[in-house]
Amino acid sequence: MKHRIAAMLTGAVATALLLTVPASGAGSSSSGPAPQFNLESRGGPKISLAQYKGQVVMLNFWASWCGPCRQEMPLLENIYKKYNKMGFTLIGVNVEPDSKAAEGFLQQTPVSFPVIYDKDSTVSKAYDVSGMPSTVIIDRKGNIRVLHRGYKPGDENEYLDSIRTLVRE
Amino acid sequence: MADLQEIIGRGLRSSANPVKSCAKRMTSARMVLVAVGVGLLLGGCSPIQPWVKPYEREHFADPIMSFNRDPVSDTYLEHVLESREGARGATGGIGGGCGCN
Amino acid sequence: MQLTVLRKGIRIFVAGLALQRHARTLLALCLCVTPALAGVLPDDRTDALYHRYQGGGITIQGPSVLIQKKITDNFALNYNFYQDYITSASIDVKLSASPYKEKRTQHSGGFQYLHGKSTYSAGIISGSEPDYKANTSYYSVSQDMFGDLTTVSLGYRRGWDNVYRDIKDVATGRLENDPTFHQQADHRGYSLALSQILTRNAILNLNYEAITDQGYLGSPYRKIRYSDPTVPGKGFTLADQIYPGTRTSSAASGTLKYFLPYRAAVSGQYRYFRDTWGIVGHTVELGYTQPALGHWIFDGSVRFYRQNAASFYSDLFPRANYSNFMARDRELAAFHSLTLGVGASYEFHVPSAPWINKSSLNIHYSRMIIDYSDFRNALYAGQDGFTAGNEPLYQLNASILQAFVSIWF
Repeated sequence: MKHRIAAMLTGAVATALLLTVPASGAGSSSSGPAPQFNLESRGGPKISLAQYKGQVVMLNFWASWCGPCRQEMPLLENIYKKYNKMGFTLIGVNVEPDSKAAEGFLQQTPVSFPVIYDKDSTVSKAYDVSGMPSTVIIDRKGNIRVLHRGYKPGDENEYLDSIRTLVRE
Repeated sequence: MADLQEIIGRGLRSSANPVKSCAKRMTSARMVLVAVGVGLLLGGCSPIQPWVKPYEREHFADPIMSFNRDPVSDTYLEHVLESREGARGATGGIGGGCGCN
Repeated sequence: MQLTVLRKGIRIFVAGLALQRHARTLLALCLCVTPALAGVLPDDRTDALYHRYQGGGITIQGPSVLIQKKITDNFALNYNFYQDYITSASIDVKLSASPYKEKRTQHSGGFQYLHGKSTYSAGIISGSEPDYKANTSYYSVSQDMFGDLTTVSLGYRRGWDNVYRDIKDVATGRLENDPTFHQQADHRGYSLALSQILTRNAILNLNYEAITDQGYLGSPYRKIRYSDPTVPGKGFTLADQIYPGTRTSSAASGTLKYFLPYRAAVSGQYRYFRDTWGIVGHTVELGYTQPALGHWIFDGSVRFYRQNAASFYSDLFPRANYSNFMARDRELAAFHSLTLGVGASYEFHVPSAPWINKSSLNIHYSRMIIDYSDFRNALYAGQDGFTAGNEPLYQLNASILQAFVSIWF
């Protein structure tokens, strides 16, 4: 009786396992035109993707409750400061429905790049965000060139490589 | 399981070997685990999409939703209860978390 | 401890353990500190705990210290040091022995390795006290899948115990190892766990665990008693217990944790247990966690447990050599228990130590009440009109205190 239950249970689990999405790598390329958005930013004015056409745009989807996201912020600030004058911009997309915690974090860890609040998750859904954090790099023509899920120390070097390549286009 | 209880119930000195049936049971358990292990190696396409997106997991990042907020304390309390009771096992908590990375 | 004075009165068997033998190995199995989060290694932390159990004439206190640290991004190590300082004058001890003091020390060490969505863990636990040495090795693999909503975990544990016996030399009063007694016990555990995020606010955990034991599973000190009208007053005689040489058990549990919108968490758990000794146990536990006043987190829990007696258990056997297997250990008796727990945690930062992410001071108190249905207080036999088998049923009241500090770095 006991091992019958065990067999059934593990059979069910095995079936569930077969219905799963395979584990994908931390970085994978995606392509196609980047979905447009027009959302309110920190400090007031609405920001849309269209206004940055002609520049390399890096979107970073983050949340204050996500440890690696917080870890990544100062590094993103450095990247922004370094490449901003070369036709590169970075937009932080905060995915939280309530922006209080994000505001609190940004006051402690200020950044100079624009941050938009995706309270209804429209942008997250449009970009099919499947990991936290997620980084999308869009070329000057408005196409998605790089999609990077997650953050581990050292990933910023991958970002820099992609940015350097795309900025030269 | 039935073997041992029959022996006691009858109150006989029996030469039956409860170890053998126990070993048979454990072989089945091992086979089942191998099957699951194989299942783990397989991945496949999924017809169902995850219904809680990574950006919707803020509550699971909260320590109060963790199954293992104080591992040393939980382990100790579990030990005390198991020393006083006949039951044991199936108390671990896994999973959850913010899913970052 | 139990004391059996032989007719010649030269040697006294000194009984060891307040804890049921295999339960001590289970302490080892419990301390597999591997909280498997979704594709992430546990946070670096260190905890120092003081624990104290008091109840039924037994006091057990001591420290438990944990260090959990990532060595690289994918590899973490953990170490735990645990001790029990036992002073026992329990009902079993008072029945046929004298109070004793004992110290038990346990070291455990392990690692966790993260590779993509899989976490591999393994470790060793080694516990020793004067008359019991237990070693356990454990291995587990945990896999995240389905958009990290699901975590599946498989585990295997193997334990080797060496069981000894202490005797007290009447002349010197010192405890000595009895060289004629050396037994062994083997344990194997298989576990399967599934964690599933159900909604934005709810997570479900399903657990199945099968454990099998082989070898010497009883206690060299504890006794059974049988009805003996030839003994004036008490009406019973003590005799050695006889345990089966094997035990296989399985347990299945489900736990649901739910996030309440005003920031609190409520959880409910049910566990079903059954084994080849005839014990069936049901556990229901409800918990509530409430953060408050900024830095505080309060916890409360209520736990009900009920079990029936093992098939070879009896408080008073009708006669000597009644059956193949006989035991009077109250852990195998029929009883129900209620455990209430409350805890408070205060979180703070240490500005002068920037390498500390956060710290907390914690205190937790539990009260456990066990009402035995078929275990009687045999100390009453022959007094106040109580005859053997009619003594009052025993009730255990225990209080469990934990005070600990946690530091995340």
